[in-house]
Amino acid sequence: MDSKLKKNDWILILGIVCIAALTLFVHEWKGENGVGVVTIKVNGKITGRYSLEENQEIEINDGSNLLKIKDGEADMISADCPDKLCVHQKAISKDGESIICLPNQVVVEIESSESSEYDAVTN
Amino acid sequence: MKSRVAYFGVFTALALIFSYIETLIPINLGIPGVKLGLANLIIVIALYKIRLPEVYLLSVVRVLLSGLIFGNYFSIIYSLAGGLLSLTVMVLLKQMGSFSVMGISVAGGVCHNIGQMIVAMLVVETFSVAYYFPVLLIAGLLTGFLIGILANGMLKRLVNVYF
Repeated sequence: MDSKLKKNDWILILGIVCIAALTLFVHEWKGENGVGVVTIKVNGKITGRYSLEENQEIEINDGSNLLKIKDGEADMISADCPDKLCVHQKAISKDGESIICLPNQVVVEIESSESSEYDAVTN
Repeated sequence: MKSRVAYFGVFTALALIFSYIETLIPINLGIPGVKLGLANLIIVIALYKIRLPEVYLLSVVRVLLSGLIFGNYFSIIYSLAGGLLSLTVMVLLKQMGSFSVMGISVAGGVCHNIGQMIVAMLVVETFSVAYYFPVLLIAGLLTGFLIGILANGMLKRLVNVYF
């Protein structure tokens, strides 16, 4: 059992780091900061679209999750699931970013206002 | 035959204990969903020490049991997808013969995360989780490397032990 890294190990590690850097770069480059629209999906179906311009709190899925929109950012502030991973996620504002609550199958996604078919629609 | 069954039981018990220990020490890296994957240490060691069908069985049994005891319905599906993809990739790399234990474990760690993300994409029917991809890759790389170092150390000490 050799305890040294072999040549192929280095290639593998470098490859993974490169892919990670590339996807990160593509995401940063694609997602420009702008006032957009936040789309809420429950179980794959769109249940609402809200403008990020308006500060508000939105109840999702009959109150299982609570989303707060403030200063152009959307943040999940409460959820009734045990792990609360969506609540711990940072606020989102860039195109394509999302907050996901798997136990409740809730997806909150940002779409930039340009790529959206609709103007800001509330309820 | 009798001793093989007994050894399989010991491996299963070890994997469960490691899953349990992991729930006791929440290693919070500030990134949701990222954990060390101590139970994978047992899988990596098993990969080198017991027969392949038994490693797959061990992987499935360990996910089902730890999911029922410590997790829930969701965590079983995610762990199963991650565990089986990671094990399959590790088996393939091991058969190539040109990777060290650390390299194989790194690939396993990364594939574990990729498998879970694929299931997440299917469940919530969106591809927007893809922006989380780089985080999961690097996390899998680091945890896989740590597990690889541990597994390498263990395997060195077990070099004359055959199950």
